[in-house]
Amino acid sequence: MALASRHLLGLEGMSKQDIQLILDTATSFREILDRPIKKVPTLQGKTIVNLFFESSTRTRTSFELAERRLSADVVNFSAEASSVRKGESLKDTVRNLEMMKIDMVVIRHAAAGAAHFLSRVIDANIINAGDGSHEHPTQALLDMYTLREKLGAIEGHHVCIVGDISHSRVALSNIYGLQTMGARVSVCGPKTLIPRCIDQLGVQVYYNIDDAIRDADVLNVLRIQNERHGGTLFPTTREYRRYFGVTRERLEASKKKILIMHPGPINRDVELSADVADGEQSVILQQVLNGVAIRMSILYLLGTHT
Amino acid sequence: MNIKSRLIDHQGFQRTLTRLAHEILELNKGSETIALVGIRTRGEFLARRLAEKIQEIEHRELQVGFLDITLYRDDLRGKLNQPILKGTDIMFDIAGKNIILIDDVLYTGRTVRAALDALIDLGRPATIQLAVLVDRGHRELPIKADFIGKNCPTSPNEEVRVLMQEIDGEDAVVLVEKGRA
Repeated sequence: MALASRHLLGLEGMSKQDIQLILDTATSFREILDRPIKKVPTLQGKTIVNLFFESSTRTRTSFELAERRLSADVVNFSAEASSVRKGESLKDTVRNLEMMKIDMVVIRHAAAGAAHFLSRVIDANIINAGDGSHEHPTQALLDMYTLREKLGAIEGHHVCIVGDISHSRVALSNIYGLQTMGARVSVCGPKTLIPRCIDQLGVQVYYNIDDAIRDADVLNVLRIQNERHGGTLFPTTREYRRYFGVTRERLEASKKKILIMHPGPINRDVELSADVADGEQSVILQQVLNGVAIRMSILYLLGTHT
Repeated sequence: MNIKSRLIDHQGFQRTLTRLAHEILELNKGSETIALVGIRTRGEFLARRLAEKIQEIEHRELQVGFLDITLYRDDLRGKLNQPILKGTDIMFDIAGKNIILIDDVLYTGRTVRAALDALIDLGRPATIQLAVLVDRGHRELPIKADFIGKNCPTSPNEEVRVLMQEIDGEDAVVLVEKGRA
């Protein structure tokens, strides 16, 4: 058994079988994280570059931990402190890195398609850690892993993604992945943050958060990304909270207990109230823990791919 | 499967397991300090069987765990088929215990090397002892078993297969020609 591709560029077009393999393999790595020695020698001798052109704490740390726990050699590269500031192109940067004999590249970039581009110009295995507003496949995989862990299965459940869908790579990867795995996917948010034609992906749209809470089994609440649109798409964060914020009162009005996810970082009391974020329905911290296992699984499956 | 000969038949299989159980108990002066760890896949079923035998003799519960050594293999990169991880399942603390490591066939010794590394990452056992159903020779590493069901001199172009009720529908050990069917 092996993945169909030697890169992880996105979940669009990835088969059910491949997603299943990544999730199943992650279960073995999840167990390693509970051991006294959280390290296995599997990727000894492999060199992995973390190429981050956008800031990130969670994803970068999670990847780095996953790499180190598989005994790989890790090089961290951040755009602020590199020749990129001197005007070097992405292609030149990675070609130079490639000459230093690297085996895998984890890339985050503001341009959609950056990871796809890399996979065409260099020979290493490429993992997309977020490309613009396009895809963030490892986040969607860890969301699906957490969902499966908590609800037993992905198939047949209804996941509603709430918030800034237009600017979210997490949303798109989740839509592709969840649909492949047989879940029902909907989105909810103000009209200005929902892409036009999203219904063509087979996604139902809610403009009322209470309707979404009533119908869904899981809410995946996204961060309001003020840095991407300068806060011009809704009047104030207070108004956003009033109409779309996930609060305890709203959850209590619904009879069933739904699961609350958030990819982080949270704007507390904007998209998610603090008591919900820390409440018993929230699985936000489990998502972080599972993220390391999912990334170990992907690194293992790609790093030993022949 | 082109079977050349049967090394152990059904009855011999049960007798061998019984003898191994007694030998393990004799050397460790009972079952108080020991725990069994089977290497997946067939070592897992052998460990379960041996545990049953030992419990019959000693009338006390025995701790049994299972080890997946895939992540510790030295040939991961060269393999054509990526092995599926089956997971390590050892729910007890191995520190200070006498661990009986169990596998079906001892051949090059590379699996056992990987298993030793995997075990030591879980803690520091008092001793690790190796029990195998068949030792077929051709070692590539300085490793030797403490408990051996049967010594079978083989040639490298033969293969020893341990068949078990749980997977194969019968208990036996057979010698087959390599280039398997």
